Amino acid sequence: MNASSAAALDLQDITCIFTSRDAPGQRYTAVQGASLAVAPGEFVSVVGPTGCGKSTLLNVGAGLLAPSSGQVRVFGQALAGLNRRAGYMFQTESLMPWKTALDNVIAGLVFRGTSAAEADRLGRAWLARVGLAGFEDRYPHQLSGGMRKRVAMAQTLILDPDIILMDEPFSALDVQTRQLMENELLDLWAAPSASGSAQGRAVLFITHDLDEAIALSDRVVVLSAGPATRPIGEFAIDLPRPRNVAEIRNEPRFVELHSRIWAVLRDEVLKGYDQQKRKAA
Amino acid sequence: MNRLMLRGWQVGLLVAILLAWHLAANGSDTVAFFFGKPVEVAQRLWRWFVTDADIYKHLWVTLLETLLAFVIGTLAGLGVGLWLALSPFASAVLDPYLKAANAMPRVILAPIFAMWFGLGIWSKVALAVTLVFFIVFFNVYQGVREVSPVVLANARMLGANARQLMRHVYVPSAMSWVFSSLHTSVGLAFVGAVVGEYLGSASGVGYLILQAEGSFDINTVFAGIVLLTVFALVLDGLVGLAERHLMKWQPSSGQTEKL
Repeated sequence: MNASSAAALDLQDITCIFTSRDAPGQRYTAVQGASLAVAPGEFVSVVGPTGCGKSTLLNVGAGLLAPSSGQVRVFGQALAGLNRRAGYMFQTESLMPWKTALDNVIAGLVFRGTSAAEADRLGRAWLARVGLAGFEDRYPHQLSGGMRKRVAMAQTLILDPDIILMDEPFSALDVQTRQLMENELLDLWAAPSASGSAQGRAVLFITHDLDEAIALSDRVVVLSAGPATRPIGEFAIDLPRPRNVAEIRNEPRFVELHSRIWAVLRDEVLKGYDQQKRKAA
Repeated sequence: MNRLMLRGWQVGLLVAILLAWHLAANGSDTVAFFFGKPVEVAQRLWRWFVTDADIYKHLWVTLLETLLAFVIGTLAGLGVGLWLALSPFASAVLDPYLKAANAMPRVILAPIFAMWFGLGIWSKVALAVTLVFFIVFFNVYQGVREVSPVVLANARMLGANARQLMRHVYVPSAMSWVFSSLHTSVGLAFVGAVVGEYLGSASGVGYLILQAEGSFDINTVFAGIVLLTVFALVLDGLVGLAERHLMKWQPSSGQTEKL
């Protein structure tokens, strides 16, 4: 068995080229030759300037988007169609507004044909686990942004996926809520999975916030500015676990890692900013 | 201005209009001929509902036509809307025909429906269905097209198959648009039923108005109009109740939620 077949999620030499719908001649290379592997139980963050194609890469991993070239392997198997072993937490509102918090959380179980009683029991337990006991019958518009994110988190994690894909899930939250959610995420990630597999869950976490990436991850991957985004740096985060994301930011090792990664990221952020400005001009 | 005072002014205006009508009709036979007399209109309504009690049969016919047209039109619009919204090819092929059918003044179909379905309720139902169908159809079509791609992708990632996507995502989203057009579609079902009756029938409120008009019984015509107006208001109120009950997941803009 070689190293790549052991990876939970293995993106190999992924290239994504989009054609503009209005002008079919115009092509945009979002991602070029990107390779990225996440081991089982590993928490990997991907940071990069805004609009650099981070979400594109994640959608490829989820099977929502077929790459123009390159291959995706999930636990050694080539991915065809949707990635059934992955859960996906979206950046924007993804809850079904016509379902209550409980019905949203158990949606995946219902789709799988879990019995109503069992789904109800698990759903209530998960809502309690993310601190929303008593909010079962609320509709998404009756919840705050942070509560909706917690519902979305329970909705994804209740299915106990082997791979969790997260696309800037907390970017819309205020700083305090965000740190609470990050700590909750780490707790839930570290908790033993229901299936009892010893490997734990692999996480691919997309963010543009370097602090968040370092505080959460085992490894941080830096992407270059778009177009033709690809990984340009990889940093192992050797901070001890369990971590408290609010406090870890002050540790010397954190600061050291931050400055090392930022040295690589800064140029890309400036490049990305320049491009956005030129586009706007 | 408080609510009570507002109501006072509203009722006052009604009384003033009725009084002016009454005085003008009693002062001039010409006015009475063309506009009727409010007292006689009221007497007619009283006879319909109490003394003769013969209006219920006609009201029931009109109500039945309205409800049948509403249900059939909504189901057809829902079905066709879902089908076309999820099948780009069929929608591209049928697009000009649907536009043409919607642009056509559909009241003109009434004589054809009368030939096909006779003078009973079904010709009126058919006419009203053509009015309701397009309202619902366009709303469902829009509703399915405007499903948030993120909600859709999320449901797919959670493992929904095509049938479950339909049931848990497309239909609820489309239904929100259908309900938002409920007032319009129920109103049009009613219009279709009454116009159908007016163009040829043996019962219904539209038929009563037609009969009265034929004998220059202007008081009965006005009584019929009053009756239809009140009836339409009641229908609209019922729709509002149903809407509030079924659409409680939708935020009402600019209002805090009562917990």
